[in-house]
Amino acid sequence: MTAVEGVIAIAGLALITLLTRGFFLIPERELPLPAWLQQGLRYAPLAALVAVVAPEVVMTQGQLITTWMDARLPAVLAATAYFYWRRGILGTILAGTAVLLVLKLGFGW
Amino acid sequence: MRTWQHPEFARGAREMTGTALGIAAWGLVTGVAMAKSGLPLPLAVLMSLVVFAGSAQLAALPLLAGGAPLWVIWATALCVNLRFVIFSAGWRRYFGDLPRGQRLRMAYFAADLNYVLFMKRFPRQRPAPEAVPYFWGGVALNWTSWQVPSLIGLLVGERIPPEWGLGFAGTLALLGLTFSLLHDRSTWIAAGVAGAAAVAAYALPLKLNILVAIAAAVAIGLLIDHTTTQPALPEEDLT
Repeated sequence: MTAVEGVIAIAGLALITLLTRGFFLIPERELPLPAWLQQGLRYAPLAALVAVVAPEVVMTQGQLITTWMDARLPAVLAATAYFYWRRGILGTILAGTAVLLVLKLGFGW
Repeated sequence: MRTWQHPEFARGAREMTGTALGIAAWGLVTGVAMAKSGLPLPLAVLMSLVVFAGSAQLAALPLLAGGAPLWVIWATALCVNLRFVIFSAGWRRYFGDLPRGQRLRMAYFAADLNYVLFMKRFPRQRPAPEAVPYFWGGVALNWTSWQVPSLIGLLVGERIPPEWGLGFAGTLALLGLTFSLLHDRSTWIAAGVAGAAAVAAYALPLKLNILVAIAAAVAIGLLIDHTTTQPALPEEDLT
């Protein structure tokens, strides 16, 4: 790959970012979406979040984990407990990461 | 009044601060991965700054470094970014009346978490004067808390040991955000269906399991909405 090819590839990727994020914002006249779809779209962000989180928690290398001795599970429990105690996302991250690091570095999980 | 002086700009940025640490951890991990991919540093810096889509970058990197044809690289990024097409239909409700140039400028910067937090702030799907400054406030903080750690990760590269599990901090940020969206039976069920679908369809290439999960959750959500009495949308939060 030459530098020019690399720049072309990256410019194309940037254009793809713009075109996908702006897809329904590009036309001047609104593209008609059926009402049921508009209503259903309110579940989309929640679903996208869960779809990223769930495999990160219960899978390794594309397989479901087979042991409870995985530092991610107690980390998620601690993060969940913190969230429903205080509702803060920053604390949720810190609580979970702290448990993860203690188990991984301290206990070698 | 300029956009960044509007109180809603500050609010948009403030409501993003909770997740900013997770975004930063993720940006750092992405930067490290880019540094290790074999892509020359100037190209990697350019990629981080102009592409501004973490999952698409991570998917395109090995292809780019391995000399794959351009169309394969672009098709891959397109598939990974398809969820944004769905989100753009949501943005249209609020920003459809703005000039096209402004719409596209906003769209380019509109990342996943901006969408999630914006929809929490403005659950009624109609334009509002506070929407634009709120949007830019969240976007400004999100862009910074992604790009700065990403560039640091590119520069320090190998010196961050993977066993710290830093990437998991990003997952935990998304987890917290997910909990904040679960407020009734239908959202809990939709989330359960989305999670199961995402794991079951994980073997699909190009992260298409995310689209499968969105489709499944929207379908089950609609089913619940149409078979039970309609729950009122949460009141617009005016505090």
